[in-house]
Amino acid sequence: MDNSGKKNNRRDFLFTATYAVGAVGLGATIWPFIDQMNPDSSVKALATTEVDISQIEPGKTVTVLWRGKPVFIKRRTQSEISEAQSVNLDELKHPEKDQDRVKKAEWLVMMGICTHLGCVPLSDKGEYNGWFCPCHGSHYDSSGRIRKGPAPTNMEVPKYAFIDDNTIKIG
Amino acid sequence: MSEQTYTPKSKFGKWFNDRLPLLSLASHLTDYPTPKNLNYWWTFGGILTFCLLSQIITGLVLAMHYVAHADMAFSSIEHIMRDVNYGWLIRYIHSNGASMFFLAVYIHIFRSLFYGSYKSPREIIWILGMIIYLLMMATAFMGYVLPWGQMSFWGATVITNLFSAIPLVGDSITTWLWGGYSVDNPTLTRFFSLHYLFPFLILGLVILHIWALHVPGNNNPIGIDVKKPSKDTVPFHPYITIKDLFALLIFLIIFSGFIFFAPNILGHSDNYIEANPLVTPKHIVPEWYLLPFYAILRSVPDKLGGVVLLFGSIFILMALPWLDSSKVRSSIFRPLNKIFFWVLVIDVLALGYVGAMPAEGLYLLIARVGTVYYFAHFLIILPVLSRIEKTQPLPLSITEPVLTGMPKAEFIKSDKRHV
Repeated sequence: MDNSGKKNNRRDFLFTATYAVGAVGLGATIWPFIDQMNPDSSVKALATTEVDISQIEPGKTVTVLWRGKPVFIKRRTQSEISEAQSVNLDELKHPEKDQDRVKKAEWLVMMGICTHLGCVPLSDKGEYNGWFCPCHGSHYDSSGRIRKGPAPTNMEVPKYAFIDDNTIKIG
Repeated sequence: MSEQTYTPKSKFGKWFNDRLPLLSLASHLTDYPTPKNLNYWWTFGGILTFCLLSQIITGLVLAMHYVAHADMAFSSIEHIMRDVNYGWLIRYIHSNGASMFFLAVYIHIFRSLFYGSYKSPREIIWILGMIIYLLMMATAFMGYVLPWGQMSFWGATVITNLFSAIPLVGDSITTWLWGGYSVDNPTLTRFFSLHYLFPFLILGLVILHIWALHVPGNNNPIGIDVKKPSKDTVPFHPYITIKDLFALLIFLIIFSGFIFFAPNILGHSDNYIEANPLVTPKHIVPEWYLLPFYAILRSVPDKLGGVVLLFGSIFILMALPWLDSSKVRSSIFRPLNKIFFWVLVIDVLALGYVGAMPAEGLYLLIARVGTVYYFAHFLIILPVLSRIEKTQPLPLSITEPVLTGMPKAEFIKSDKRHV
């Protein structure tokens, strides 16, 4: 009785060990076939973009491509800055201080993509002196915050840094 | 077979099975009675199925990253090797997988030759297999062109020029194949399209091949008809599935050895030089699995003659069930055929060897002798041999020689392992 119980346990152990090794092996085989669809090295190598901002006049916006998406870089005028900073946060659908959305008050850098369904909003349009999305009518203010329309959140601010006064590195 | 008697246990299963008998099919495949004396040479059918699926899956992935354009194909291969996540692994599985596929198919074919698996009532299985083999060669050839290296380009040039040997219309056919006046971008894009299509044609033919196999059932090392099901058979599952799986694992170890330790040993280094229509490599050879046919092609000092013999050497195999008229299938009981089988194996290996060597001097002589012998084997030796050969007595069943101790050393040895 003891003996047969022991034998069963050994056999069970062998089965479990075999299935475990098989499962790990199968997983390790399948992973490369899934991972090959992730961004490859040549795509990752293009993951940062450097922009020269010395030629941008106050009040103007330039659009640059980063990871295949548009990024708005706006040099804001003093009136636009004070307008953005003076908004009462209670009025906002997605409350964020303007100071938290910029590194230097003069420069607004954000993804030029409407947070509703991904269209590119038009600059200097809409009821809030900022951006207006032509697809479904979202209005953004001079800080890129959603004020009116179907978009749920403010336009996203990407990771970026000032390398010097005239150059921004996005990503 | 079992599908006539099979009824699903659950009510839903029965409802479903009456409308689409998938469960009957599964039951048939599970219970399929298999001769119990099958040896490991019979595991290559399963291995080949694995090879085909592995090539289709890795090929599908490669097609996501490859660019079929003469200007970009070569660098897109390097992109796969360097940039794509695990691209190197997937490409090496695919390129070495082609070699492993042919290795397995050659063993599978020679197993059929030795044990007479092509004989009645299995002629259709054999012919379907030969069509699959032809399609495999076409697929492998076109796949080899896609990296657009020097060997790709000049291999494509040489093989497509074979068709220019056809009298009168040869040149028009070659131009039509190229889509231009030389191998160029139109050739590459059509080869890519067909290279993608053919594996699915092969898959369809494999299903027919297995379907045709399941009508008479498997041949076996003794080559006698087996009553199904009987004490001479075992159910396919779990007996054959587990044995096929074990053989597949051994096969995969060898396969992995190539992929991880010598991924380029079966390829030619010239194919890492981008295609150049102005310079032909010094020594141009096809992949190893096509070498015997290449030797036959080069052994004939006439353009049309070489091409005719090349294709003839494959098509002659399709007539094999009628060239060999012996009623006894297995070479175990055919003392003469057994000898000539091994001579044929050596002949094909020798042709493969000289196919890789320059076509001159002694190599050319061996190639000519080998080519003549190859055709003589099928057209003279086999038809005569199968009429004059005195075959040994066949056992009445697979079980009989074990029980009565028949004095046939070979199959008692081969039988003991499997009973």
